[in-house]
Order: sequence, then C-alpha cells, then structure tokens
Amino acid sequence: MKPNLIMSFESSCDETSVAIIQNGDRILSNIVATQIPSHKRFGGVVPEVASRHHIEEITYCMQDALEEAHVTYDDLDAVAVTYGPGLVGALLIGVTAAKTVAWAHHLPLIPVNHLAGHIYAANFVKPIRFPALALVVSGGHTELVKMPKRGQFQIMGETRDDAAGEVYDKVGRVMGITYPAGPDVDHLAHLGHDVFHFPRDMEKAHNYDFSFSGLKSAFINVVHHAHQMHRRLNRADLAASFQDAVVDVLVYKTRKALQNYLVKQLILGGGVAANSSLRARLKSMLERDFPQTEFLKAPKKLCGDNAAMIGGAGYVFYQEHRFAGPDLNADPGLEFDWAPGALQ
Amino acid sequence: MKVLALDTSNRPLSAAVLQDQKILSTRLTTVHRKHSSELLPIIEGLMDDAGFQPVDLDRVVVASGPGSYTGIRIACTTAKVLAFTLGIQLVGVSSLKTLALNFSADEGALVNPVFDARNENMYTGLYRIQNQVPVSVIRDQHISLGAWLQKLQSVQQPILGIGDASHFKARFQRALPQYHLVAGEDNLPQAAELGIFGETQEPVRDVNHFIPNYLRLTRAQADWWKKHPDASKDPGSYIDMYQAK
Repeated sequence: MKPNLIMSFESSCDETSVAIIQNGDRILSNIVATQIPSHKRFGGVVPEVASRHHIEEITYCMQDALEEAHVTYDDLDAVAVTYGPGLVGALLIGVTAAKTVAWAHHLPLIPVNHLAGHIYAANFVKPIRFPALALVVSGGHTELVKMPKRGQFQIMGETRDDAAGEVYDKVGRVMGITYPAGPDVDHLAHLGHDVFHFPRDMEKAHNYDFSFSGLKSAFINVVHHAHQMHRRLNRADLAASFQDAVVDVLVYKTRKALQNYLVKQLILGGGVAANSSLRARLKSMLERDFPQTEFLKAPKKLCGDNAAMIGGAGYVFYQEHRFAGPDLNADPGLEFDWAPGALQ
Repeated sequence: MKVLALDTSNRPLSAAVLQDQKILSTRLTTVHRKHSSELLPIIEGLMDDAGFQPVDLDRVVVASGPGSYTGIRIACTTAKVLAFTLGIQLVGVSSLKTLALNFSADEGALVNPVFDARNENMYTGLYRIQNQVPVSVIRDQHISLGAWLQKLQSVQQPILGIGDASHFKARFQRALPQYHLVAGEDNLPQAAELGIFGETQEPVRDVNHFIPNYLRLTRAQADWWKKHPDASKDPGSYIDMYQAK
C-alpha cells in the first residue's frame, strides 16, 4: 500500500520549518531555518523581524524538504500547518504557504495546534497510548494536557503568568546570558547548588496551574540587591537555585495531576523539555510514585519548534478528516478546550 | 499567457485573472479586514470564473510593497509560494506604481501615489506616464510629509495625488498649488491593471530570493545596524538552516 505522506509547515515563532512525514511517525525530512542568530542581536524575538525572515526562508525550506525526502507534490496526501498559538504575523506565513500549496495541488489542508505538535514529537519515539498526560514546556507555553483518547486534548492546567522558557530567558538576561538562555542556564545549574531557596508557587492554588512571576521577581531582587551592595554572587549557585525552583514547581504540579488522573503515559514536550534536570526529576518521580506510568519524552532534536511534529499530529487529524478550507486564518490565541470539571 | 494578479498592500484587496492582456475576471473589495482569510477563496472564485486550474497559470504578478507589513506579506507569500510550487513565473511590482497604473491613459501626467504610514509619514513616489506606463521620477520611499512637500516644490507641472493622500489634503494643497487630489475609484489598486502591466515585465530570476519591498527597516534592525555598521546586510546570514531528524 502506498504510504501516507504529509507535507507540514511550522512558523509560529522564530523557526521556519517544512517537513515530509510518512504514516505519521516517520520523518523523511525536517528542514528547520532558525532565526536565533538574528534575534540574538536584539536580546529576544522581534515579531516583525521574525515575519520578514519567514517569508525569506519559506521556499528554501520547502525545496530542501522535498529534495531530502525524494518526494514530489504528486506523492503527497495532505498539507498540515500550525495555525496557532503563536505570533500572528509569523503564523500567517506558514498558514498562507500551506493553504497555497494545498490549493495548487488539490490536497486537503490540516490545521494543527502548535502544542499538539509538541506533544506528538514524542510519538516519533514510541506510539502514544491513551489515556495520557502531557506536560508541554516551552518559551511561550507551560501546560498540562489531558489526552483521554487519540485526537483529544484538554487543558488541565497552564501558566497564569510567564511561560517557563520565558522566565529562563528573563533570568538569563539578568545574568548576562544571551537569548535563548535555557541551555546555558541548564549547564551552569549543574555546576552549582540551591543556596538561595527561591519561592516555589505550589501550595497556594488548588488547581494544576503554574506561576513563575514570584520566582522571577525574587531572582531579580536578589541579583539587584547584591549589585547595590557590590557583592558578587556565585553564578552557578544562582542558576542551580533558579532551575531547582522551576523544576520543583513543574514536577509538583505534574505529580498532582497524575494522582488524580490515571494514565498509561506521561509525555514531555516543548523547548524546555530538553532541560536535563527536568527530564531526570520527572523520571525519578515517575519511578518512585507511578511505576506503571511510562515516561515518553520528545527526542531532544524535536523539542524545539519544527514541522515534523506538526506533520505527526496532523496525521491524527488527517485520519479523522479534520480539514480546513481556503479561508483558514492564523489564530494567535488558539487554545485546547479545558478538561471538563477542571479547576480554572 | 495566463496570469493571476494580486494586491493586498493596504485595506483594499484586489485580484484578477487574465489571459494575453485580457481581463477574464477581477474582484476588488474594500470592506474586508482579514485578507488572510479572504484572499484564497477570492482567487478560487476568479479561477472558477475563468475556467482555469492552478496548473494552467503561467505567471503570478503581485504588488510587492510598500504598504501594511502584514498586508503585503499575504499576497507576496501567496504569489511566491504559488510560483515556487507550480514552477511558474513571478513578477513583483511596486504597490505605489500599481496605483499609478490607474492613470496609464494620461500620457505625460505626473502621478503621486501616497500610502499613509502614520505619524505624519508616508510611503510615496513620483511617476510620469510615458508610453502608457508609469515611470519612476522620484523613487519610492518612506518619508515625512514635510520632507516630501519640499521635494515636490520644484515640480512645475500639475501633480495628481492618489491613494491615502486625502489624509494630508489641506497640507498638500496649501504647500503645492499645482497638486490635485483625485477622487473616486482611481484611488484603489486594480489588480487587472497590475496583471496587464506585469505581463510585460521581466520575471524574477530566482523565486527563492523574492521578498516584499518594505522600504523601511524595523526599529530593532535600524538601531542594531547603527551600532554595527559593518555587519552583514544579507538577512540570510542571520539564519541557521539544519535538518532535525
């Protein structure tokens, strides 16, 4: 039987990416044009610059994706695209490109939620089994997602303020680490110890929501105070104390969700899912408290934004015939529905 | 030659399907706000009217800026990806020149298309109609109203002001007695005119290189280049491309 082939597009933030996915779980090609060197100049993502880069790079990515996969448009079964959440101007390039390809070649168009993509990055490692719980942690998102069945995504909890990856970048800026700060802070953290005991926003709320603003303020206060007193702080200890606090909160809330929602798998995805401490701490928590639950992590190469994960998730919707028309628009504030009875 | 022409540079959305310089079907709307939702359904309708399939097209002509950043990217992304995916020709035409095409019949006329760029700034240029096409006299630019009025002071001939010029009506007419604001639909871009003109133009050599002509850096880029005058101006040098498998 001819394999199913999906061409997928991702442009929600600062990566332009096009991939060719076979049967939902095999990557034939996954071209990523990252704008990190560009936005590094400005200390963070500048939305208008991001949009300009996307239109510069989009056809190069398409060309390489087709060539690497040895595929032509005639071989394709569908086109999938991230239509939200993300930066509206950035999303529009991928959405417009995907719609145009679908129209030009008479292919169905599959709209994909970016976070479903991050979750389905793990499906390239092993098939997702249901019910599952996913923790998605990235520069723009921190969310616990309940997946009762294939193709169903329900929010159990999300960040009330900053996303975890966003706090990494802000803390990094205070420490003089350039955007994106996650990998460097992670590296530094392993050389230090938690001596600052930053606040963990955990016990107050009885729901599964996250909050990192208190931690961020505490961190900035400590650094500014030391600066005023002309005292030098140990950078490794600062990083370790910060990272311990972030990971404590993420693990605590995930554990709480698992206590109330029995699942076959815990899935970890998103840019911050590459964080070594988060991976290790979730693993030991599962082994200790939920030995029946399998830990399925997105491969490190697919933690950042990429189109392969969008094609992977898109295949699920393809099978359910969840298609969009030529009027598909970007939806920068797109969200999954909340889980029934979730404490908001 | 079968041509699709598109302009979403500003609030008006205009699209047309032509064959050998003849208009088969065209549409102009000024009511829609969501060009990204509207453009492809409108193209589909025009293609149906003409009885064309996407693969029948030989060329896409697009108004490539200046204008609303997001607006120009809608038509430009559609045109670029369509040309790339079908392997057909692509022509980009200044969005200001596209507006000046409305006066192609007024041989010798001086035409000044204007797009409001807010804060007393505008995107504008000066064109003279020669051999039934607008030829640039003063290049397209992003400029303050005051500076532009000064540039036009020395022009003796009557100037036809079109586009968003009505926003600056009083100022134009006080400063330049020879300036005439045009009323009515000549202020709106006509994709049919764009298609007819675009059919005569040289297509871009490499579709991959095609980008809109914003005529303006972002604030972040301008500030950065001020501090790093020797840094590469090639946007591609700030992109890393890799395969994630």
